[in-house]
Amino acid sequence: MTDAAVPAPNQSKGVRQLIGDFFRATEVDLRLFGMVVALVAIVLGFGGVTNGRFLDPVNMLTLAVQGASVAILATGMVLVIVSRNIDLSVGSVVGVVGMTYAVLMHEIYPTTIGADTSYGWILALAVGIAVGAFIGAFQGYIIAYIGVPSFIVTLGGLLAFRGVVWVISGGSTQAPDDKAFVTLGGGPQGSLGGTASWIFGIAVCLAAIGLLYYNRRERHRFGFPLRPLWADALIGTLTSAVALGAVFVANSYHWPSGLATQYAKARGITEPPGGLQIESGIPWPVVIVIGVAVVMWFLATRRRFGRYVFAIGGNPDAAELGGINTRWIIMKSFILMGILAAISAAIASARLNGATLDLGQGYELYVIAAAVIGGTSFAGGIGTIPGAVLGALVMYSLKYGLAFVGLSSPIQDIVAGAVLIVAVGADTINRRRGG
Amino acid sequence: MAIETVPTSTKTPLVAMNHISVSFGGVHAVQDCSIDLYPGEVMGLVGGNGAGKSTLMRVLSGAHRADSGKIIIDGQPCVIDNPRDAKIYNIETIYQTLALADNIDAPANMFLGRELVTRWGTLDDSAMEQATRKVMGRLNPNFTGFKKPVKSLSGGQRQAVAIARAVHFNARILIMDEPTAALGPAETAQVRNLIRQLKTEGIGIFLVSHDIHDVFDLSDRISVMYHGRIVDTVNKADIDMDDILGMIILGKKPGEVSKVELAKLL
Repeated sequence: MTDAAVPAPNQSKGVRQLIGDFFRATEVDLRLFGMVVALVAIVLGFGGVTNGRFLDPVNMLTLAVQGASVAILATGMVLVIVSRNIDLSVGSVVGVVGMTYAVLMHEIYPTTIGADTSYGWILALAVGIAVGAFIGAFQGYIIAYIGVPSFIVTLGGLLAFRGVVWVISGGSTQAPDDKAFVTLGGGPQGSLGGTASWIFGIAVCLAAIGLLYYNRRERHRFGFPLRPLWADALIGTLTSAVALGAVFVANSYHWPSGLATQYAKARGITEPPGGLQIESGIPWPVVIVIGVAVVMWFLATRRRFGRYVFAIGGNPDAAELGGINTRWIIMKSFILMGILAAISAAIASARLNGATLDLGQGYELYVIAAAVIGGTSFAGGIGTIPGAVLGALVMYSLKYGLAFVGLSSPIQDIVAGAVLIVAVGADTINRRRGG
Repeated sequence: MAIETVPTSTKTPLVAMNHISVSFGGVHAVQDCSIDLYPGEVMGLVGGNGAGKSTLMRVLSGAHRADSGKIIIDGQPCVIDNPRDAKIYNIETIYQTLALADNIDAPANMFLGRELVTRWGTLDDSAMEQATRKVMGRLNPNFTGFKKPVKSLSGGQRQAVAIARAVHFNARILIMDEPTAALGPAETAQVRNLIRQLKTEGIGIFLVSHDIHDVFDLSDRISVMYHGRIVDTVNKADIDMDDILGMIILGKKPGEVSKVELAKLL
C-alpha cells in the first residue's frame, strides 16, 4: 500500500494506520473479523487447557452438529430483530414440529404408508415445514395486521406451543424416527463421507471465487472504484483455505471400529487388518447450516424482501412512505422463522432419533444470544446473517468447551450469560465511539 | 426575483384539492380546505404549529386519507389511498423528518420501494448506484459516500438524497415539507437554488414552511392556514410580509384586522 511509505509520527500510529488501510482495502467487516478471532481464541484456548484433546476432529464435529439447530434459527432471528420484532416462541415451535415428525413416523406411518419407506422422510419434512410456516403465518398475522406486540404474541406462543407438544404426543417421548430421516442429525452415518466432502469443499471454494469475480466485473462494468486485486486474492485464498481445512479435519475422523465392522458385514466386505477405515466427512447438519445461511444471506442482501426488512428496522415511517407493504414484510419474516424452525427441528429430532417433550426448550435464549453476539442490534436495522452463524458457533464452542473441561451445567450457564452481556457491552461502547 | 406571470383561471391546474377535511378523533385537523397548483408554480403554504399544513399535504402524498373532499389531477378526479397511489401520479414528497432509513445507503434510500432488479429478480445495486451518482452529479456534485449508511451523512447531504429521489422519479408535483428546517445556511441556499431550477422545468411545488422569508422569496402564491382552515390564498405580488404575518397569527384577512389587533401584533 502507498500509505506504508508515508512517515508516521510514531510507530504505533503507523501500524494502526496500516491495519486501518488493510481493512478498508479488503472491506472486511471489523465486527465479523473480531468474532472470527474470538472463535479461534476460544477453540485454541480450550485446546491448550486440555493438552490438545479438545481439538480432536470428533470434538469439532460434535460441536458443529450441536450448534447447527441454533445457527439455523439465528439466521432468521436476525431478520426478525432487524425489523424491530422478537420471536420468543422458536424453541416451542421446534418442539411442535419435532413432535410432528416423530408422531408421523412412529405412529401414523406404520398404519398408513408403512414404516421405513423410501419417501417417508421427505413427506415428513414437507408436512413439518408446512406446520412451521403455518405457525409463523399465524403469529405474524397477529403481530403485523392486528398490531399486538411481537414480544407478547411470541411469549404466548412460547407457552402455548409447548402445551401443543404435550397434547399431540400424548405426554410421552415419541421414538424412533424413520431410518433415512435420522441421517439429517449427523453422526458417522449422517455425514457426506470422504469423497463427497472434498467435492463439497471444492464447490464452496469455486462459489466464493466466482462471487468475487462477479462483483469485480460488475463494479468494473459501471466504472466504480475497484477493490485492490491483492485484497480479492487474499479473501479468495483465505476462504478456500478455511473450506478445505474444514473438510480435512472432518475427513480425518474415521468411523468407530464397531460401526465399520457392522457396515463391512452388511456389505459383505472383508475387513483389512486393523479394521476398515471409513472417512466420516462433513456431517449433514453442517451442510444444511451452510445451505440455509447462503439462502438467508441471499434473501437478506440481494432481494427486495431483505432490503425492506432493513428499511423497516431503520425507519418504519420512511418504509411505509416509500410505498412498502410493511405489514406483509413483517408477516413474511415470521413465516420464514417458522420454516427455519421446521428445518432446525428436523436436525434436533433426527439427532435424538425421536422427539422428547422438551425438544427445543430454551433454544429461544441461545438463538437470540447468537444473533446479538453476532452484531444484531435490538434498536433495529442492523445485523448480518454470517454474524449470527458465527455468534451461534461462539456460544456453542464455549458451552461445549466448558462441558469438556468438566464444568457443571450451572457454571456453563453462568459463563454463557456473562459472555452475552460482555459481548453486547463491548459492542455498545464500540458503537458509541462511532466504531 | 423575476416577476412571475400569475396563472390564469383558463389553464387547467396540475392539481386541485377541493373541500378537503380530515379529523383525528374529535380534532378537526383540516376543515374544508381547497388549494390548487399550476405547472411551474411554487405555492407557499404557511401557518402556525398545528395549523394543518402538513396534514393537508399528507393527504395529497397518500400518507393520510381525507374524510371528505376531492383531489383532481390534470382535470381528472383521482383516488389517493396510500403512498404508492401518489407515486403513480408522479407526486413526490420531501418530508420534514426526511423519511430516510438511516441504516441503509444513499442509492438504497433513493430507490426505496422502487428498487431496480436484474432479470433474476435480485437487487441491481450497481445500476442503482450509477443512477444515484448521475442525479447527485446534477444536484450536489460534492456528494460522496454512496456506500455509507445515510446516518453518517451531513444534514445537507441527507436532504440531497431526499430531493434526488423526487428528481429521479420525474416528479410533476413536488411537496416540500420544511425542506430547510434541518440545514445550515449554505445548504439552505443550495435547496433554494434547486427549487428555482425545478420550477423552470415545469414542476409544480408545494412549499410548506414556518420560515416566512423562505416562502416569501420563493413562492408565486401563498396560502395561509389557521386552525385547520385556509384563511386566504394570495398572489405574492399583491401583498407584503406583515399582512402574511397578520394572517398567520390572527387567522384573519388583512382587511378584517382591527387597528387594536394590529397594534398588539406590531
